[in-house]
Amino acid sequence: MLELPPLRIADKTFRSRLFVGTGKYASYELMRDCLDASGCEVVTVAVRRERLYDAQNRSLLDFLDTRRYTILPNTAGCFSAEDAVRVARLGREILEQLHNPGATWVKLEVLADKRTLLPDPIGTLEALQALRADGFHTLVYTSDDPVMARRLKDAGAASVMPAGSPIGSGQGVLNPSNIRIILESLKNEDPDYPVIVDAGVGTASDVSIAMELGADGVLLNTGVASAKDPLSMARAMSHAIEAGYLACRAGRIPKKLYASASSPVEGTIVY
Amino acid sequence: MKLIINGQEERVDLGVATLEALLDRRRPIPPFAVELNKQLIKRPDFARTPLAEGDRVEIVTLVGGG
Repeated sequence: MLELPPLRIADKTFRSRLFVGTGKYASYELMRDCLDASGCEVVTVAVRRERLYDAQNRSLLDFLDTRRYTILPNTAGCFSAEDAVRVARLGREILEQLHNPGATWVKLEVLADKRTLLPDPIGTLEALQALRADGFHTLVYTSDDPVMARRLKDAGAASVMPAGSPIGSGQGVLNPSNIRIILESLKNEDPDYPVIVDAGVGTASDVSIAMELGADGVLLNTGVASAKDPLSMARAMSHAIEAGYLACRAGRIPKKLYASASSPVEGTIVY
Repeated sequence: MKLIINGQEERVDLGVATLEALLDRRRPIPPFAVELNKQLIKRPDFARTPLAEGDRVEIVTLVGGG
């Protein structure tokens, strides 16, 4: 694997640009192996009422090397700013006990409704302001609306994370034009400002597309955890990050309507 | 006394009604964090946090998520 330039978000620097979730795996062993195969350094987790032990009384943390990974706690499942702030504080309290660097940050999700899991923009902005005042570095899940993305950056988001498509839908990047506008708008005078495409990834090409558009990284979960062969998909996602990053900087050719031969016309023996 | 612990109504008989006494009884597996009536209570404050009838206690940990 090539070494890509490091990704900087708030007070943290990473070699891997792939963030991977820890939900939905068939077993903790499979999750552990997929995280390893993906090469990720950041993993997301959720905060829930304590009870979730498997049949052998094992928990997520028995399979997550908290010295290796930076844990990014999310506020998934919150439908109000107030609840998101509560969950963020609970997550920080737990990560401080683990002495994990993830204690200083949070992935903010304030959702609007259970069917679409689309973000509530007003609640998201309110929660961001409260979390910032409480000292969090906040990575903000949002829709692919360029206006909202700008508002979140201006309000102090450590990273704006537009969805490619709805959470867990596997539809990929549905509106590449909006992602491009977000990138242009947020990076215009601040080229190192981190924009992570979060949600909707179904397969490796979705990751490559996000990176080719100029995203700094991709956050995904279901695309790996629910693949037929999650371990192979984890590897594929890692390669896709690299392919997309390099292709973006290499500069793609413009799309043309008609063909353009690659072999010289001169010297052909056809007459 | 009646408490609502992780959304479930429970009757508990604590000698001294503090958060520490409740947690000593339940023994959640660390790491965990605790809220009382929607306010985060930090570990050093468990012993001096009284519980009252009908209080809502949340005891949470980390689980898989995206």
